[in-house]
Amino acid sequence: MSNSSFLLSGATLPDGSTADIAIADGFVVGVGDGLDSVDAIVIDAAGLQALPGLVDLHTHLREPGYEDSETVLTGTRAAAAGGFTTVFAMANTSPVADTAGLVEQELALGEASGYATVQPIGAVTTGLAGERLAELGAMASSRARVRLFSDDGFCVSDPLLMRRALEYVKAFDGAIAQHAQEPRLTVGAQMNEGEVSTRLGLAGWPAVAEEAIIARDVLLTEHVGSRLHVCHVSTAGSVEIIRWAKARGIAVTAEVTPHHLLLTDDLAESYDARFKVNPPLRSAEDVAAVREGLADGTIDIVATDHAPHPDQHKDCAWPEAANGMVGLESALSVVHSAMVETGLLDWADVARVLSSAPARIGRLDGVGAPITVGSRADVVLYDTTASRTFDVDDLAGKSANSPYVGRQLPGRVVATFHRGVPTVLDGALRPHDEVLAGQRAVVGRG
Amino acid sequence: MRHLLSTRDLSRDAAIHILDVAEDMADTQTREVRKLPTLRGKTVVNLFFEDSTRTRISFEAAAKRLSADVINFSAKGSSVSKGESLKDTAQTLEEMGADAVVIRHGASGAPHTLAASGWIDAGIVNAGDGTHEHPTQALLDAFTIRRCLHGSASRGRALDGVTVAIVGDILHSRVARSNVWLLSALGARTVFVGPPTLVPNHLEGWPAEVSFDLDATLATGPDVVMMLRIQSERMNDAFFPNPREYSRRWGLDDERLARLGPDTIVMHPGPMNRGLEISSRAADSPRSTVREQVANGVSARMAVLYLLLSGERED
Ligand SMILES: [Zn+2]
Repeated sequence: MSNSSFLLSGATLPDGSTADIAIADGFVVGVGDGLDSVDAIVIDAAGLQALPGLVDLHTHLREPGYEDSETVLTGTRAAAAGGFTTVFAMANTSPVADTAGLVEQELALGEASGYATVQPIGAVTTGLAGERLAELGAMASSRARVRLFSDDGFCVSDPLLMRRALEYVKAFDGAIAQHAQEPRLTVGAQMNEGEVSTRLGLAGWPAVAEEAIIARDVLLTEHVGSRLHVCHVSTAGSVEIIRWAKARGIAVTAEVTPHHLLLTDDLAESYDARFKVNPPLRSAEDVAAVREGLADGTIDIVATDHAPHPDQHKDCAWPEAANGMVGLESALSVVHSAMVETGLLDWADVARVLSSAPARIGRLDGVGAPITVGSRADVVLYDTTASRTFDVDDLAGKSANSPYVGRQLPGRVVATFHRGVPTVLDGALRPHDEVLAGQRAVVGRG
Repeated sequence: MRHLLSTRDLSRDAAIHILDVAEDMADTQTREVRKLPTLRGKTVVNLFFEDSTRTRISFEAAAKRLSADVINFSAKGSSVSKGESLKDTAQTLEEMGADAVVIRHGASGAPHTLAASGWIDAGIVNAGDGTHEHPTQALLDAFTIRRCLHGSASRGRALDGVTVAIVGDILHSRVARSNVWLLSALGARTVFVGPPTLVPNHLEGWPAEVSFDLDATLATGPDVVMMLRIQSERMNDAFFPNPREYSRRWGLDDERLARLGPDTIVMHPGPMNRGLEISSRAADSPRSTVREQVANGVSARMAVLYLLLSGERED
């Protein structure tokens, strides 16, 4: 597919209006009725919801080091299948992304994929060990232009180290993305602490272990005048604390995962380790609270925490299984189910929480822009009327640890354009050589 | 019965039936020839990922008295300890033609995982999983209580109106969990007694009352006082200040023993920490059923294996 001009005819825009979208050489070149289709490949988008390409602020791509779970190539294929055009790659690879050289390597792996833009996240502390700061400035100044730093998987629990990190990243408009988990309160924790964990005999992960860290961190953030991002908010109490902090004018942003918007801790009753994740699935009251928080803006974005694991790490007794679930391929459908079908968000809100707001938090210019002339042509076409039993075949990454397999989910990604190049058409991923050729052509012209 | 994973699945009738079969089994054990031909040709595997000589021997005796072939598969020193997964072990046992697998595992839910996996077709008996359940312990406890109360007239009866105080580390106890569901199914009332650090916070909907005051609970005259073992790893993790204070407030010492009502029985699943949760005098007193519990364990486990393997199996 050498042609790099496309006309998406009759698409529904996030604001509900209908228009043709013209794409050429990697950019949106026209939005309106009856656009000229000469030389363009016409895609019938009538009845399809167009959204700006989705941006995931929390993806585990596993490469380098854990290529049996995922690679940058397979992870970005999963992203494209889910309508994502940009993913922020978490730092907990092996080696850990804690130097300029390593984040540049991650960036280069993303460029070699072409299915999505890969923006590295840098580690806060060397080796995620929580002892000394990683080279935050060098990562910020590198070709990867890192602005978001996280020890995700581990909490920066030392309050002094957290204070210093928050202070230090002010020099380059950075932010610390905190995995809020008080380590002493969660020793050996297996699932949400509550009646279900008591019955199943699984060690509890109490809500207060998340809330205590968030409360501390928003106060530290206020004290040093910095910027905090809270990863995967999962409890009603966390939403309350962040609401309070925002009302005080503290520069805090927050994310919720699709699974915390839809799934509850009683799913552990099966001891099926697909439902084991960190932070754990919570109660129905918590799910209602994070939905409400996302609807009222207390929670800024949805981020997947896509965490691939090979079968053998899930095909075992619950306490021996790894934490995490894949989420890129299912995220839009889950948000559709939990937030749009419930009337809590409209599609313009979805474009905000899954595209523009995460790009802004990550300070990634030119990404997450609305579908207007001059924007980078990151566009997804989504069939809101579809419904499907989510299946292993819907997964495009390397791992199959999805909690949604066998579950009915609404909607389907029909097409994804990354920098004007189709990565998904007719619901199917395009071949890698074609995607790469398309990206080279765009970069060559641009 | 397809599997025995949890007592929570047992109805009142099913529980009484198991206890009645255990009575039949106990009767055979008083005969001169104690061995029954019932499970001849069946293979029972004792798959123990955790050391528990007492429980393993009890299951082994139960299986052998029913003439089953017994394979002891201990994790220590085997391929299991070299990182072989539960899945691979299960598939090995399937190939060996196991009809029942008695599994003891440190991970809560491991027997469920085994039963739901499709890796193996055998009936699964949970012989203790992590801090989850230990259903045959609860069955032998209920059997013991029923015999104490009703003697030879036990058959067909439940435990209606009986009050059982379970004292100690409820939070980490698989014995307490299996007991509360079974006692409730049989119409008994359960009171959990212990320090607030060792009684779960979240018992919404559980058929159990909670007390932090052992003396107050004993003053209400419970029919059964079941003392739980305090594991040594609780000593240094701030659950209570020290063993002396624990013993003073929640131990069954001689003074509390003397205050028990005339018909109150004292139970302990063993092994006991004499002098910590139970005094030697309490453990050895006539009201203690500790030794009967061991003997009844074989009868209860014979009943479970019999019901699992003798054709009363429905899927
Ligand atoms: Zn995390």
